[in-house]
Amino acid sequence: MKRVYVNEKWCLGCHLCEYYCAFAQTNKKDMAWALKDKKIFPNIRVEDDGAIHFAVSCRHCAEPICVKSCISGALSIVDGVIEIDKDKCIGCFTCILTCPYGAITPAENGQAIQKCELCVRTAEGTPQCAAHCPNAAIVYEDRG
Amino acid sequence: MGSFDLMPDYEVARNYDRCIACRVCERQCSNLVHEYSEEIGRMTADDSKCVNCHRCVSLCPTRALKIVQSDNTYKLNCNWTSKSIKEIFTQASTGSVLLSSMGNPEDYPVYFDKMTINASQVTNPSIDPLREPMETRVFLGAKPEKIERDANGKIKCNLSPQLKLAMPMMFSAMSYGSISYNAHESLARAAEELDIYYNTGEGGLNEDFYKFGNNTIVQVASGRFGVHRKYLNQGAAVEIKMGQGAKPGIGGHLPGKKIDSDISRTRMTPEGSDAISPAPHHDIYSIEDLRQLVYSLKEATDYKLPIIVKIAAVHNVAAIASGIARSGADVISIDGFRGGTGAAPTRIRDCVGIPIELALASVDTRLRKEGIRDRVSIVAGGGIRSSTDIVKSIALGADCVYLGTSALLALGCHLCRSCQAGKCNWGIATQEPELVRRLNPDIGYKRLVNLMRAWQHEIEEIMGGMGINSIEALRGNRLMLRGVGLNEKELGILGILHAGE
Repeated sequence: MKRVYVNEKWCLGCHLCEYYCAFAQTNKKDMAWALKDKKIFPNIRVEDDGAIHFAVSCRHCAEPICVKSCISGALSIVDGVIEIDKDKCIGCFTCILTCPYGAITPAENGQAIQKCELCVRTAEGTPQCAAHCPNAAIVYEDRG
Repeated sequence: MGSFDLMPDYEVARNYDRCIACRVCERQCSNLVHEYSEEIGRMTADDSKCVNCHRCVSLCPTRALKIVQSDNTYKLNCNWTSKSIKEIFTQASTGSVLLSSMGNPEDYPVYFDKMTINASQVTNPSIDPLREPMETRVFLGAKPEKIERDANGKIKCNLSPQLKLAMPMMFSAMSYGSISYNAHESLARAAEELDIYYNTGEGGLNEDFYKFGNNTIVQVASGRFGVHRKYLNQGAAVEIKMGQGAKPGIGGHLPGKKIDSDISRTRMTPEGSDAISPAPHHDIYSIEDLRQLVYSLKEATDYKLPIIVKIAAVHNVAAIASGIARSGADVISIDGFRGGTGAAPTRIRDCVGIPIELALASVDTRLRKEGIRDRVSIVAGGGIRSSTDIVKSIALGADCVYLGTSALLALGCHLCRSCQAGKCNWGIATQEPELVRRLNPDIGYKRLVNLMRAWQHEIEEIMGGMGINSIEALRGNRLMLRGVGLNEKELGILGILHAGE
């Protein structure tokens, strides 16, 4: 299955992936209209420590502990992609506590969680973090 | 000493309707132009630090940025231009030689743009390169002057070593030190994939790149940095650098701060201390001396590698080339005054040397007249911008061209001409690890391959139009060129007719 992979060696810490992720979630045509004066809630986050930068997003684990821990059945695996049904999510944040990668975050309204769904529900249909990474540090590929 | 601020050449124009304050510009600018102000909640810019490299413009996700030439002006004066005034102000405050990089940007005639190319009509058929074979392969090296046969009538094969190129282009010498490890890796991988050559420049060869040896030209310059027997034998050819188009007559100076441990090991010079290439080779004061070095290098490489001698295009270039052809060199490389550099005194870069078109034509003419053209191949470089420049160079007499600036542009260079600062935002002319990693060779080498393949296609198309099916048949074929708007003298030197003749 194709997943998003990050190569730390080439990550520049520009944080563009965060903005393209937030933009993709809005399904709007223009990033300036979509994100002007807004706080963004990306599903990929660049962790920086001095010269080290690394973008972290959901690994779409084969045996996801988040799905196991979900008490409302809001998280499910659809064709390998771990998806969130925000209508079912009750915002208990158990998944946030269990995810070993810290890849799940509270949604903007604080009532549910949000996570990377490999852009399957966005207009583009493929992960926008990888599509717009200027240095190919984020790639979307099948590594088995 | 007292100084006053120079007005910035460029201004950062930010469209605040589109800026989302993502701070990409701030994170990506090594010159610290952009800064987010918490106080006013917006991005700000210090124009005076901007070198117009377009890193921020290229990465801005909302296209909120552009860099514009400042219209702030001193009182207009056709003699004392703003440029002259600023240079005087700078030197009055620093007391230093003005430094610049990349090729001569001044307003000299570009002869490539004053020549047009022929095409077949009616009486001689053009060739469709998509349907018929089109040969772009070339061989560089001395060619036999006559065919010799043995007692049985069989041809004696006494061919000197040759370089075999899939297309008449090579990446010109750019040292590891002046450009980054990742830039070198991109060039080396592209050369390998394209079946052409790249050139180490004078900084030695990092051992990581020994594996690309079959596609590498190793350079020996006046500083002799990183030159040892293994290095020489690692390459497919050895180039003696006598001069460089951007700075004829002077040496080089890689500042100590660029000499980190890896570069120090590669160059065989102490870490942190300046690497100075002297202006002359201290053992070469005549063609006879050059011949000694040519044969020393042939001896060191077992007579298996062709030897290239690279010179800057200067006033007596034809006579110098004639001497080089007689020195035993296999290839002469001529670098015109538009050729790039990682750092050169501005006055030298802008006022010394001559255009490659004139130098190339006069060298080719001279060697032909003297009957020694076949003893050497000619490589032209310095400001070649497109496939048509290549075709015109070949028609003027070149066997092949060296491409430096255009290769760097493919890697991301935006010609801001600030290489000497060592803070290249595109990861090319820098040794700072944080900046070097901005050039991912996986991307870089593909872009180089794309550019070269595109030019190869165009060359085939243009040759087909002329009814010519090989580079060999185009070389020195000056009837394929016509001058437009050139005077008699220029036409005479170029050896071409005027359009309409």
